[in-house]
Amino acid sequence: MFRKGKRKIYSLIFVLPTFAAFIIGFIYPFFNGVYLSFCEFRTTSDAVFIGVDNYIKAFQNEGFLHSFWFTVMFVIVSVVLINVIAFFVAYALTLGIRGSNIFRTVFFVPNLVGGIILGYIWQYIFNGILQYYGTNLALDSRFGFWGLIILMCWQQAGYMMIIYIAGFQSVPKDLYEAARIDGANKKQLLTNVTMPMMMPSITICTFLTLTNSFKLFDQNLALTNGAPGVVSATSGTTVYQTEMLALNIYKTFYANQNSRGVGQAEGVIFFVIVVVIALVQLYFTRRKEVQQ
Amino acid sequence: MAKVMAKPKEKPVKKKQTLGMKILSVLFTIVSIFYVAPVFFVIMNSFKSNAAISKGFFEFPTADTFQGFQNYITGMFHGNYPFWKSIMWSFFITIGGVLLILICTSMCAWYLQRSNTVICKIIYYFCIFSMVVPFQMVMFTLSKTADTLHLTTPWGILIVYLGFGAGLSVFMFSGFVKSIPIEIEEAAYVDGAGPLRTFFGIVLPIMKPTFISVAILQTMWIWNDYLLPYLILDMDYKTIPIHIQYLNGSYGHTDTSAIMSLIVLSIVPIVIFYFACQKYIIEGVISGAVKG
Repeated sequence: MFRKGKRKIYSLIFVLPTFAAFIIGFIYPFFNGVYLSFCEFRTTSDAVFIGVDNYIKAFQNEGFLHSFWFTVMFVIVSVVLINVIAFFVAYALTLGIRGSNIFRTVFFVPNLVGGIILGYIWQYIFNGILQYYGTNLALDSRFGFWGLIILMCWQQAGYMMIIYIAGFQSVPKDLYEAARIDGANKKQLLTNVTMPMMMPSITICTFLTLTNSFKLFDQNLALTNGAPGVVSATSGTTVYQTEMLALNIYKTFYANQNSRGVGQAEGVIFFVIVVVIALVQLYFTRRKEVQQ
Repeated sequence: MAKVMAKPKEKPVKKKQTLGMKILSVLFTIVSIFYVAPVFFVIMNSFKSNAAISKGFFEFPTADTFQGFQNYITGMFHGNYPFWKSIMWSFFITIGGVLLILICTSMCAWYLQRSNTVICKIIYYFCIFSMVVPFQMVMFTLSKTADTLHLTTPWGILIVYLGFGAGLSVFMFSGFVKSIPIEIEEAAYVDGAGPLRTFFGIVLPIMKPTFISVAILQTMWIWNDYLLPYLILDMDYKTIPIHIQYLNGSYGHTDTSAIMSLIVLSIVPIVIFYFACQKYIIEGVISGAVKG
């Protein structure tokens, strides 16, 4: 296809625009970011190499550690809830109940609305309800946590439902027939036919919910913005109770010019965590998949 | 990669509704009402005055508190940054960004797959790698890079979107190119078509389904994106999420009723978009899920 002599010209036409933009938009910022995490800096030009100090400070940063555990809790609860809900809703909607199409639309559309807008919609709803009890979202971290969970289920369940529905529809009907002839009962059909055939969908949905929840930013910013803040007794800094990792890193960066190196180091740690979690998750669910 | 492929839809057979299915229908109807309730309350409040909203969020507007479309007019055309400008920029950046991504990355992906040298493979794996990197890791260096290269206008940000969005698109296009038999292109080559002609005349039309899927996924991302345009764009340009966040985040006086109407206005295009390309959106979500 691409002859030796002309190859250069065509690679310029086909690859260069994307590749140049990719260098600007990803490759250079990425490596520069890794380098800066070992530096002290305010802008990219005044960086001074200081070694692993930033990482040490990051692990001593109480707000960062708190946001890490908050994120972990949030991820566990939201991944389980979203997938369980989406799986059963998808199952019910493939049974052919009346109004399936309307339900599918209603459950899916929240996905298309952006995180910032969703966050504010729910902030008004929750504060409207809590007003009757004389309190609001910013006063108790439990409200923020469960509010965020409700918001994420509301938004993401529909998306995962669509993927699960496609999964259910792709299970070959003759497999059920064969199993039935062999004398399988309903429960056995579910555990021995449906579940193994659904593993690819489950892999994908847990992967998507896991990474989405871990990287969550917009919804967190709009719903609580980390409130309430509690002054820590040990270090004297304010620790925001409902701040997730992404938001915490953002604030470390932009709220205080002197902690930019630490913010960048936290960004790298965040990146490593996301990659490790994604790989571990893929490894474990992939093992359960069957060859189709 | 695991594949979740939706089979071509079979004609829905009208199933007899058993009692269990009827109960499910009723249950889902109730859940659906709760699902749309938040949006309903926001719409309702967008017709009320500020004082009425803070008094009771869930109360219906009365003759005294009903404002008609006053809130919409104020929000849309008044203030130092009228909302219609943000809508315009959102449309411009989304449409421009998606078109640029579609053309450039499809060409790039085809070349990478067909030419298949070591460099091509490296670029390809970098693209996959970029999909898991959280934005917080590169946000500072990316915005500084964009600053240096003067990409802080709605025109420049298109290039940033091309670079940062290249990963998913190149990956999806590559997956599809692998499934096109190379003989078709060789036949065109023998008939005297050069690479450009082969791509635009033959490969591009075959890739149409993937084009639509990528377009849908990128539209959903760019339209709702908050942090990237917020960090990169000059203060003179706002997109819808930036505008909503700006109104809520500003200290002191916030005009809640105007915000309500703007939230409604920003949901309207999404709902229209959904109903216009419902079929493609569902397909886009499913084929995008293959990326797992």
